[in-house]
Amino acid sequence: MIRTIIIDDEPLARSIIKEYLQHHPQIALVQECNDGFEGIKAIMQHRPDLIFLDIQMPKINGFEMLELIEQPPAVIFTTAFDEYAIKAFENHAVDYLLKPFNQERFDKAIARWREQQGKQTAEATKPLLETASRQPNQNQRVVVKIGSKIKIIPVDDIYYLEAADDYVKIHTKEGAFLKNKTMTHFEDTLDAQVFVRTHRSYIVHVQRITRIEPYEKENFVALLTNGAQVPVSKSGYGRLKNVLGI
Amino acid sequence: MSSFPLATAKNKLIFAGSWLAWALMYVVMLYNWGLSWDSALIDMLLTNSLLAAITLLMSNNIKYYRPRKGKYLHILVVCIAMSGLWAGVVRYGIGAIMKLYDEVYFAFFDNSMPIRFNIALLVTGCISLMSELWYTLEEQKESEERKAAAEKLAREAELYNLRRQLQPHFLFNSLNSISALVNSQPAQSRKMIQQLSDFLRGTLRKEENQWTSFGEELDHLQLYLEIEKVRFGYRLQTEIISSDECNACRIPHMLLQPVVENAIKFGLYDTTEAVTIRVEATVSEGYLTVTVQNPFDPETSSPRQGTGFGLSSVQRRLYLLFYRNDLLSTSAENNLFTTTIKIPQA
Repeated sequence: MIRTIIIDDEPLARSIIKEYLQHHPQIALVQECNDGFEGIKAIMQHRPDLIFLDIQMPKINGFEMLELIEQPPAVIFTTAFDEYAIKAFENHAVDYLLKPFNQERFDKAIARWREQQGKQTAEATKPLLETASRQPNQNQRVVVKIGSKIKIIPVDDIYYLEAADDYVKIHTKEGAFLKNKTMTHFEDTLDAQVFVRTHRSYIVHVQRITRIEPYEKENFVALLTNGAQVPVSKSGYGRLKNVLGI
Repeated sequence: MSSFPLATAKNKLIFAGSWLAWALMYVVMLYNWGLSWDSALIDMLLTNSLLAAITLLMSNNIKYYRPRKGKYLHILVVCIAMSGLWAGVVRYGIGAIMKLYDEVYFAFFDNSMPIRFNIALLVTGCISLMSELWYTLEEQKESEERKAAAEKLAREAELYNLRRQLQPHFLFNSLNSISALVNSQPAQSRKMIQQLSDFLRGTLRKEENQWTSFGEELDHLQLYLEIEKVRFGYRLQTEIISSDECNACRIPHMLLQPVVENAIKFGLYDTTEAVTIRVEATVSEGYLTVTVQNPFDPETSSPRQGTGFGLSSVQRRLYLLFYRNDLLSTSAENNLFTTTIKIPQA
């Protein structure tokens, strides 16, 4: 038996998928979710084989939700109109359904998924998520998971980012949070006029800097409004000067 | 193309009047110098008609061969040449006639040639400069008219575009909802198709007048809200407060739509709970004031971000219509985001 979950904030959008699923008795719908939070919980609990995922949802969108799941199940995306998402799908050969879709198109998506079954794993969705996280409305916040809780950090609450092995440590006024991403990812997605990579292991929110002082030979240190001290390398100092216009 | 200076009846009259006055003065002057009436009259008619013809030629010439800016020397050269030509025709053409007619007069005629030349030069020069000035002003007027027309067109196009910003996301999701209802609730799906059609018709209405009554605007908004309620189910509640007095007020068509769209977007996508969107209208001191309220989560979104495309287009429309930037304001308090719009009721 194949187990599936539908995640969409519109009840009618869920009901039409439910209706189309009746033609596939081998697929069992184990849960319907209203938003990404419920979605994560349900995926953790049921470990489905396949999920139907809407992109635009309250609080966190479908991509952000997937990012928080370590081994995401196979996904068939559903969306009405979202240029960025559609571009991301096309670039990564992931199947997606454009609302409104009919039974035939739905069946095709299921058939395609069955052909690929076993091939499409977390590895396949990762590059898609990397592309998707570059969309404009997503670089305004960072979504992290603390235990079973989900935290949404508006980028302006960030003081600085610090590399920590396979993670990046995000320092905010409410403490530090870990996210399973690379420094390069944040350097690429965050607004370059606001976040500057001052050091191989540090990215700083420029509006949080109060002073920049020399530190040892050719190096500097930036003092932040919360009292933290962040190392600034020689090249990092150059980038900082560029953004600050000094 | 600018019009010829003598195209208007008024200017024709001025030209003819000036010519007559000059001709009269001319004849009287010659007579006073002791020349005969008839000879003076013939002289006047022949020489001055020719002069008038030459000035008209000059004026017309300038219309087609405008000197470049600052190259007025060209005009002077042409004037000297034309006056010389005129003097030649007068001396050897008209002079010959005069010689046959009146020997005494011819002697005077011959002596007065330098003065005649100078007068001709002055007259052609004056007319040329006046024509030049006339055409310059005409051109300026035309380019200003063109500019004003272009601006008006651009403004109308912009207003038209701002009015009919239709969210494709809304449209496709509504169609998806209808698709979901078709099997299970045919009556409900038909109702929704009707509402969506009425709503679309309203947005596509080609505007002769872009004003509507607030009551009509509310009816249109209700269609939109009803569709959204079907889409979002219990999560979307609305509260609309208005009065007959408000409903009679004028408001630019489809002005409220993007504001409410924005409120729904930020209300519904910023929380997973049920939200209430509140629209309230009041009239006072010549203004219709409409406030639209939606809840938001101050923890995760800064209201700054709330001035997305929706509101900037409203701001722009209000500016194009009233040339004022203070008619739209927003505030965020107690988890409530409020957009306030004031419409002058002049």
